[in-house]
Amino acid sequence: MTALLRTEGVRKAYGGVHALDSCTIEVDEGSVAGLIGPNGSGKTTLFNVITGYAKADGGQVYLGDRQITNVTPDRVFALGIGRTFQLTRIFASLTVLENMLVASPNGRAAARRRAMEQLEFVGIDGHHAELAGTLSYGQRKLLELAYVLVAEPAIILLDEPAGGVNLSLVNTIADRIRELNAGGKTFLIVEHNMEFVMGLCDRVTVLDSGSVVAAGPPAIIRTDRRVLDAYLGEDLADDDPPPPEPGEPEQPGEQP
Amino acid sequence: MARQIYQAIADGILVGGVYALMAVGLTLIFGVLDIINIAQGVLVILGAYLSYQLSVHLHLDLFLGLLITMPVMFVIGVVIQWAFIRRLRGRERTSMTLLVSYAVALIIEGILYKVYGADDRQLSASYVQSSVRLFGFYLSDIYLYGFALAVALVVALYALLYRTGFGRSVRATMQDETAARLIGIDVNRVAAVTFGVGVAVTAAGGMVYGATNSFNPNSGYDLISRLLAIIILGGLGSIGGALLASVFMLTVESLVDIWSPQWAIVVFYAALVLVLVIRPTGFFGRPPARAQ
Amino acid sequence: MGTVMGTVTGGATGRRRGLAGLALVLLALATVAFPLVFSSPVVTNYAIYALIFVAVGSAWNMFSGFSGYISLGHAVFFGSGAYTVGIAARDWHVNGVAVFALLPLAAVVGAVIAVPFGLVALRVRRHTFIVITIAVFFIFQLMAANFSFTGGTSGVSAPFLPWTPVSFNDHFYYITLGCAAVAIAVAAGVRRSRFGLQLRAIRDDEDRARGLGVQTMRVKLTAFVLSATVAGLVGGVWFLYLTQVQPPSGFDPLFDLSLVLMSFLGGLGTVSGPVLGALIVEPGQLYLTITYTNGYVSEILLGALLLVVVLFVPRGLIPTAGEWIKKIQTRGRPAVSPASQRPPALSGLRSEELATSDEGRQGLKGGRRRAGEEI
Repeated sequence: MTALLRTEGVRKAYGGVHALDSCTIEVDEGSVAGLIGPNGSGKTTLFNVITGYAKADGGQVYLGDRQITNVTPDRVFALGIGRTFQLTRIFASLTVLENMLVASPNGRAAARRRAMEQLEFVGIDGHHAELAGTLSYGQRKLLELAYVLVAEPAIILLDEPAGGVNLSLVNTIADRIRELNAGGKTFLIVEHNMEFVMGLCDRVTVLDSGSVVAAGPPAIIRTDRRVLDAYLGEDLADDDPPPPEPGEPEQPGEQP
Repeated sequence: MARQIYQAIADGILVGGVYALMAVGLTLIFGVLDIINIAQGVLVILGAYLSYQLSVHLHLDLFLGLLITMPVMFVIGVVIQWAFIRRLRGRERTSMTLLVSYAVALIIEGILYKVYGADDRQLSASYVQSSVRLFGFYLSDIYLYGFALAVALVVALYALLYRTGFGRSVRATMQDETAARLIGIDVNRVAAVTFGVGVAVTAAGGMVYGATNSFNPNSGYDLISRLLAIIILGGLGSIGGALLASVFMLTVESLVDIWSPQWAIVVFYAALVLVLVIRPTGFFGRPPARAQ
Repeated sequence: MGTVMGTVTGGATGRRRGLAGLALVLLALATVAFPLVFSSPVVTNYAIYALIFVAVGSAWNMFSGFSGYISLGHAVFFGSGAYTVGIAARDWHVNGVAVFALLPLAAVVGAVIAVPFGLVALRVRRHTFIVITIAVFFIFQLMAANFSFTGGTSGVSAPFLPWTPVSFNDHFYYITLGCAAVAIAVAAGVRRSRFGLQLRAIRDDEDRARGLGVQTMRVKLTAFVLSATVAGLVGGVWFLYLTQVQPPSGFDPLFDLSLVLMSFLGGLGTVSGPVLGALIVEPGQLYLTITYTNGYVSEILLGALLLVVVLFVPRGLIPTAGEWIKKIQTRGRPAVSPASQRPPALSGLRSEELATSDEGRQGLKGGRRRAGEEI
């Protein structure tokens, strides 16, 4: 299987903080890849770099054979990479259906039909005429998923799709991902929900402090010593101070 | 010729100091409250009239009078913020603040009209007319004092922002309001006090402006547009930027004035547009919060 | 407005649509018959000014209301349109009714100015945008006063039109009515279109819109130019009505603030908002200017009025009315709950996400956390 999405040695620093340090990952075409790591390990930063919301200080990003490092977000989108956000970003003053139509490329009637199909697929078609600002959090997550799909991207980056939603919704989301994957879509998913990731992904990459610590099938990753080490701090999370902003390493002193 | 240029530069720098006094408050208010306070121009004039009142009726020295006008303006600022600005929220916030600050400006202007009439006034003192001769140039005393005052206030503001607990709260709020609330900062209080400080500083600007220009209730309009141009150029929220931009803009205008007084003021605005083409956030503006 | 109509269900829709249509037709008839009934030039004068602002207001709102970029520089287009007609008439010796043929030129000039203006101004954050529009406004006002071909501070006068005072007003009534109709039609067309959708998406979250493939600069610039074209046209008409233009009148610093007020009052981002706003505010302002010649009473009144409007009708009259109508319609009906219509899985949790809820951006710096601002 060929790697559809690849990063090589990507580096990104915010001031003195090295969010990503020589980060190399691979996502095979047609697979569902997971990206996990403790808070602050650089997962969202990596997404930002891949999708053009942040500039890489070094390294490259490849889509197939094509280098797409530091390409702007709208180009990234046009190249077939879709992406959702950790904090849902929807157009609050537009209706749900209108939200979908913003992203859709084709003409009027066809676009509406397609949009309604996607809304049905994720299950919020009943709300199509309501203002998106009135949706609940879980519904927004579904809307995010829906309009990423409208443009029919080849690969979809999901940033914590199961974050903050109840159990049955999590299962629904997992089912949808499986269905889409069966239809040929590639996924790269950032998640903290271990069950979700292990149950869904073909391959899991673990980030810690901005670089890859381990990569492989879920069963192996689960028991990998380095992964457990990286997460050890997580077990004491309740006693620790609040986690730092995404993009900043949790453990100081590890960077040059 | 060269002499004229140097004099113009010197003048520009000194006048820039006066404008800095007025602009610094505006940029501070923007930085913390994220609003463009159109009323600032009229508030400068209000400050001038207050100084006038103290000077003419109580025979108080202009600079001493500041000890009274600044606290008074501080209170006025707090009241304005508390009564009107605080309630503005939601999606249309930008237009709302424009309209409200304009409304406040209108009301203050109307009151000034009623009380003082439309005649021009000017503040006077012994040092307003006199000047000092330095290196062969004439430097007007009042401008020198005004510049010194501007520097002193900028330093004081920096001290406030960087050396006090309150200043820390202000800076935190400027960077991220939500996070500031989360760590227990009373964001409303910070807003009110900041607005008050911004207006109080304006009182000083008003005094110096009133001493160096004749003014009437209508003078606020021309002022506010210049002040806005200055703070944008300096970078919204940057105090040092406001000082630098004031000096820069006024020096440029002063230089162009040698050749053509008519075009000098056009150049003032054109300079703004030009700089923004090259650097959209102004001299020291912060780039917007990084997109997720 | 569209949403309110769209959520009404059942057979009532047809009836309501019919009623609305009838109301519109009656309204159209009334506006056309207006000068026949109220033939006094004093009254038609008010009407003409109101219509002028309906037109410019719609044009302004079509850009600023929909995109969220508040322009305080539309006077640039308005004044330039006015000056264009004046200068062309003077230099090309156009007389009589033929001057109206110059109006398209005014529109074109507005558009031409808007292109570089927009290219510079639309690259910056919203607050900076406002100030750039102010700066450009002053540049134009000052240029008009300084250049000789614009007549300096004396300005330009319009050629004589061979109409009696009464027919003069009547003619201009219909001309401005036409302008208003065009402006409203353009605004409505934009709002319904996908282009308008993208513009509104830009307003909500510009970065996200860009990330979803919207060509934000192109969309904003197109709306800006379109808006400027109409404004320029109306400026030309205004000049011909007033028969003169000078720098302070053609480039009036309060012009744009009036537009903000009108659109805000009626409802930013709606099509009918600026119309209603203009019809209320402009006659009012005109009346105040004529009646109170000593400045301060009208100023204080206007200021107080502004405060009342902003603090009590924060979302504008039309959206507020729409909400009332909705409330009345759904009164007595149980709220539609998601749980009753679909499997429990999708009822989801309501989270405290301050960053995304519509009214959640409370307090000081609503826009700052949004990351919707461009550099």
